[in-house]
Amino acid sequence: MSVHDWEPVIGLEVHAQLLTRSKIFCSCSTAFGAPPNTQVCPVCLGLPGALPALNRGVVDMAIKAGKAFGCRIAERSVWARKNYFYPDLPKGFQISQYELPICKGGAVPVPQPDGGVRKVALTRIHLEEDAGKNVHGSTGSQVDLNRSGVPLVEIVGEPELRSAEEASEYLKALRLALIYLGINDGNLEEGSFRCDANVSVRRKGSEKLGTRVELKNINSFRFVRQAIEHEIERQVAAIERGEKVVQETRLFDNEKGETRPMRTKEEANDYRYFPEPDLPPLVVSPEWLGKVQVPKLPHERMAELVAAGLPATDARTLTADPKLVELHARIVEAAGPEAGRRAANVVTGEVARLVNEGGLDLSAPKFQPAQIAEVFRLQDKGTLSSTAAKDVLAEVLRTGKAPAQIVQEKGLAQVSDESALETVVDGVIARSPTEVEKYKAGKKNLLGFFVGQAMKELKGKGNPGVLNALFKKRLD
Amino acid sequence: MNSSLLPLGELARALERGEARPSAVLEECLSRTARLDGKVHAFLRLTEDQARAAAKAADDRRARKAPLSPIDGVPVGLKDLFCQEGVETTAGSRILKGYHPPYDATVVRKLREAGAVLVGKTNMDEFAMGSSTENSAYGPTRNPWDLERTPGGSSGGSAAAVAARFVPGTLGTDTGGSIRQPAALVGCVGMKPTYGRVSRYGVVAFASSLDQVGPFAQDVRGVALLLRTIAGRDPNDQTSSLRPVPDYDAELEKSVRGLTIGVPKEYFGEGLDPAVEKSVRAGIAALEREGCTVRPISLPNSPHAIATYYLVATAEASSNLARYDGIRYGYRAQTGGSLLELYEKTRAAGFGAEVKRRILLGTYALSAGYYDAYYLRAQKIRTLIRRDFDQAFAAGVDAVVSPTSPWAAFRLGEKVDDPLAMYLNDIYTVPVNLAGLPGISVPSGFTQAGLPIGMQLVGRPFEEGTLLRLARAAERALALPHRLPPLLERS
Repeated sequence: MSVHDWEPVIGLEVHAQLLTRSKIFCSCSTAFGAPPNTQVCPVCLGLPGALPALNRGVVDMAIKAGKAFGCRIAERSVWARKNYFYPDLPKGFQISQYELPICKGGAVPVPQPDGGVRKVALTRIHLEEDAGKNVHGSTGSQVDLNRSGVPLVEIVGEPELRSAEEASEYLKALRLALIYLGINDGNLEEGSFRCDANVSVRRKGSEKLGTRVELKNINSFRFVRQAIEHEIERQVAAIERGEKVVQETRLFDNEKGETRPMRTKEEANDYRYFPEPDLPPLVVSPEWLGKVQVPKLPHERMAELVAAGLPATDARTLTADPKLVELHARIVEAAGPEAGRRAANVVTGEVARLVNEGGLDLSAPKFQPAQIAEVFRLQDKGTLSSTAAKDVLAEVLRTGKAPAQIVQEKGLAQVSDESALETVVDGVIARSPTEVEKYKAGKKNLLGFFVGQAMKELKGKGNPGVLNALFKKRLD
Repeated sequence: MNSSLLPLGELARALERGEARPSAVLEECLSRTARLDGKVHAFLRLTEDQARAAAKAADDRRARKAPLSPIDGVPVGLKDLFCQEGVETTAGSRILKGYHPPYDATVVRKLREAGAVLVGKTNMDEFAMGSSTENSAYGPTRNPWDLERTPGGSSGGSAAAVAARFVPGTLGTDTGGSIRQPAALVGCVGMKPTYGRVSRYGVVAFASSLDQVGPFAQDVRGVALLLRTIAGRDPNDQTSSLRPVPDYDAELEKSVRGLTIGVPKEYFGEGLDPAVEKSVRAGIAALEREGCTVRPISLPNSPHAIATYYLVATAEASSNLARYDGIRYGYRAQTGGSLLELYEKTRAAGFGAEVKRRILLGTYALSAGYYDAYYLRAQKIRTLIRRDFDQAFAAGVDAVVSPTSPWAAFRLGEKVDDPLAMYLNDIYTVPVNLAGLPGISVPSGFTQAGLPIGMQLVGRPFEEGTLLRLARAAERALALPHRLPPLLERS
């Protein structure tokens, strides 16, 4: 027997910090990276007497996720206390949702390599507050409560995933969807998007689920694959040795690339959940529900782009980054629907290159998308040659200067004006009697020679099309 | 008479007419407290300097006839679980010794904004768990009517401070009777408003779904004035009600003719001291003379209230008190050991016996496998208790009347070793918290030994106005002889 005789069953739980400016139950800032314990108040410090007051913006974001994933959104959900002792948990309990979460059911659309979309079912999405952070140093441990009370959604997936690869794809799709929805920044390293994995194995063909192990501390996509793969192998090896898989929580050690036990079922906390008496049940009226707008998800944007005539590869590159797809949309908005492919070329080409090289930050761009549309227009009008248009574009992206200004400063304007070109054309003809004669005798490929002479005189700025036409008019 | 001996409602009138000056009233209060609180121990600490400054500011406003409110310049004491910025707040516990909150509770802010002069923090059972103030980590409070007896609890310090005329008014909290029972035992008026009428923000929590802030005063008008000051919606407490706060004082003298009083048979049964029953029946007769209709009723689920209460309240308390872990503030045990050891030693040494008992009870009630049998079941019975009251009100009863406590003040130490006997103190008051209703205790007389007796009136949700009117009618009709506790007579 080998790993191939076994079927892994994987379900993921994702904790995603919501992008509200203030915390879930007080008005403290949620900004990351401030000096320890500077974004705190009696509420998120859990001081005696302090009470939670719900930030309704948090609920808007959970509704957004619920609508986007087709969940049933509860008209009435209930806050619950999850009780346990830990220094980073200042009240000794976390305010969460338990029996009645805000969202149930639904599914995350996961785009497949073949262009299709797989729906991975969700169990629930609920709201809760984040804990603070314990900071361990040589002189002892300290607690930073800046993160205490930052809003989270916990997104619990059904155990429908069958490999580490599938798990990773699901996670990537979910992360991107949350970024599109504008409710999470997708930052695994800073911990604003965190993943726990429930992993079990069963003999292929078996219906019965194996004993489940919960993996914690997985903070990159690579580690998700590594941790799950390692865990599958560990469980299969154990069973094949005749041992039993123990229900426990294991921690992923990303240096050793393996999981190790954190606590067994017996050591597990009894969280003593009960309804939070300090908060009334959360009531979401149909009006509230109706008011929450849901942006399109990546697979929907992709389908739209393909329908608009973009190659699938371009559509995939664009939708993989919400900033790219957004920029594309705004260029098309300014340049007209027929500019779709051209805009895609710019965004997936020059823009993506600059971003990768670090020369462009799309979260704070200096340029306006309309300026790119303007470059298109200058090229179409003949003011810019295709080479010059590329130069202007690069400059626009870097500096945000008006294209017309760049054209002027760099003297890139192409001469298309016939009256201005006629003099040059006449001069070339006058200086080349031999060639003119040969041309007239039928050597029509000499047209290139004449245009080349004119271009030389015009330092490359003559419009080749206009020059062609002018020489033909004179000589034919 | 010294104006500081006036009941709060009358003092407010004297201040309005310019017959009393806030600073002078305060000085009388402080000197009486200095003279006698060594015997009573109503206060855990006084904030004399701040109080003098506040009184002086009130003097100016009163002199300019520009008071902030009818209680501008009135000295007020606070139970030691109201957070007051920069003033030590211990909730009667060793675990919060030395804790200085960085913010004001909403009710404290409202009192300041009304010009009240905050005099100090009063003694209480630790975390409001108790009915005698003997569970204070700082020693018991004594009843001004008999120093060998308890003033009740948990707001015993607030009740005794009013009874001993140390201050005309105080605030307490009532989770199962902690305002009404001590009010009855020291012979003053004490009210627990409807759950949600007063903000709990900044009030050290015992049981969140039951806790409610309320006032003590010698007279009903004083209670009405204080309640109007502290009541109302607070965005920081999402369980507080949006209903507007009426001017209770304006309606106070209105006739109670035509109101119907329900007398529940379950509240006059076994265990009730005959002297208390006699006094309360006299109080009911007085209301009848004032024009009320009296009708027997039944609240059949009320006898389950104590059992229900000790599941719901302890469950919530076990969670509310989890924050006292020695990490961030308050007492921390010295230990070189593990985190678990730090928690265990801190909580073992920081909490008193009754608090530990209730944390254990509550933890058990919420534990996996027991939740349905205990906590969930208790919540169902709670609904039934509330429904009994609803039905009485629906049948035309405007207020339910009963004794506040089955007996008058008992001796210190008499019940400390018998928690169940102690819990029975609250047999008539606990159902009211479980139902979330407003209740008031108003003096109805004295025992032969000269100990005060209180009568409880319970009303419809947010009908504090009706209750205050009824309490005022009883006060007027009973016209109890003006008596001061012997402690004050002697001095």
